[in-house]
Amino acid sequence: MKRLTAALAVAVLGGALGGCASAPTAVDPLEPMNRAVFKFNDAADRAVLKPVAEGYTKVVPDVARTGVSNFFGNIGDLITVVNSLLQGKKEKAGDSLGRVLVNSSFGILGLFDFASAGGIEKHDEDFGQTLGHWGVGTGPYLVLPLLGPSTVRDSVGRLVDGQADPVAQMSHVPTRNVTQGVRVIDTRAQLLGTEGLLDQAALDKYTFVRGAYLQRRKNLVYDGKPPEDEEEPTAPAEVPTAAPANAPANK
Amino acid sequence: MKIWKIIATTAIAFGLSAGAAFAQVAPDALVKSVAEEVLTTIRNNKDIQNDPKKLGDLLEAKLLPNFNFARMTQLAMGRNWNKATPEQQKALTAEFKTLLVRTYSGALATYKDNTIEYKPLKAKPEDKEVIVRTQVVKPGSQPIPIDYSMENTPEGWKAYDVVVGGVSLVTNYREEFNNAIRESGVDGLLKLLATKNKAGEKK
Repeated sequence: MKRLTAALAVAVLGGALGGCASAPTAVDPLEPMNRAVFKFNDAADRAVLKPVAEGYTKVVPDVARTGVSNFFGNIGDLITVVNSLLQGKKEKAGDSLGRVLVNSSFGILGLFDFASAGGIEKHDEDFGQTLGHWGVGTGPYLVLPLLGPSTVRDSVGRLVDGQADPVAQMSHVPTRNVTQGVRVIDTRAQLLGTEGLLDQAALDKYTFVRGAYLQRRKNLVYDGKPPEDEEEPTAPAEVPTAAPANAPANK
Repeated sequence: MKIWKIIATTAIAFGLSAGAAFAQVAPDALVKSVAEEVLTTIRNNKDIQNDPKKLGDLLEAKLLPNFNFARMTQLAMGRNWNKATPEQQKALTAEFKTLLVRTYSGALATYKDNTIEYKPLKAKPEDKEVIVRTQVVKPGSQPIPIDYSMENTPEGWKAYDVVVGGVSLVTNYREEFNNAIRESGVDGLLKLLATKNKAGEKK
């Protein structure tokens, strides 16, 4: 799976990073392919991943599942340490390093999240954000097989983060595969019960998810303070937002 | 995968902004009182958790008066707003409201175990528009910020956009609306929304 991702990312990379300052219309030049992969992912989720995640939540008790989530969360913190340092964000690096140390030791390899209980904040930095921080554009939007929404930049980030990921570096292949599998199930299980929401909310699921993903990543790159209107050149057209102060909002 | 979580969290955003129309309560105090009231009511009433109709009634009474759906729709329409006739604008607002309420109220009950933190409001007293910042905290996961864009109207403060983890609801729908209108005009969008809402009714 990982190799497939790599191949895909590299294949697109050539054309992508070249002209990475993406105009809003150009953000998804691969839309037909992306839509196909999106559809595939959707089907795969219904057929396999969702039922497995449901079984997992039924069979495995709450406490154990929390432990599993914490374990992978701890690895996420480790990746955040590296990327915070790469972006010169000392405070985040410090928090995250503290979390890793506390949770890996007292928390028994990350199974317990004592750091959160002790008030050390959790952050989220990955190599995709690091690239963004240093001015690399997102490149085209990309839907990865089984992994979901991404961009060329974030796919590269994923590969690089994999190098710092202790699970991905496990030398015993069967153990590694099982662990990665559990990670996927854990992620999916946390989202159970929410999938109807997207069906309900979206006029077109594909654009809805794409819009949300791109907004979210931008927000993360700028740590919650993205520059305004950069992506919305049509914004001036709506300036006459004659604040409908007296519009009867609802009756 | 995290993006799904963000989309799902929007549901809480809706729960938060409920509340009776307090005439001139400060915006942050409004969000807080309403959020706590609605979440507490849901937590303490099993029958509301299990009965979508009762949940709907609760939200209709407490939540909806605090949204300016007209402005939300206008912002989501962007420059297409002026292409719509006043009747179409009214119909669009009604359909969009129905869509949002049905979508997000259904998922709300699953969030009853989370707690909300309210950040200090950074605004001057004379400001007409403010952003009220909150975050949803669930033990063991990263907090998800929810920001409410609010404006001062004669009927008190009203929310016109909800931004969950950096994803603006209005901005996200703008692209969807744009596409629908480009393909089949304002009427096409209206029809699409109406069909979607009808399908939701049957569930």
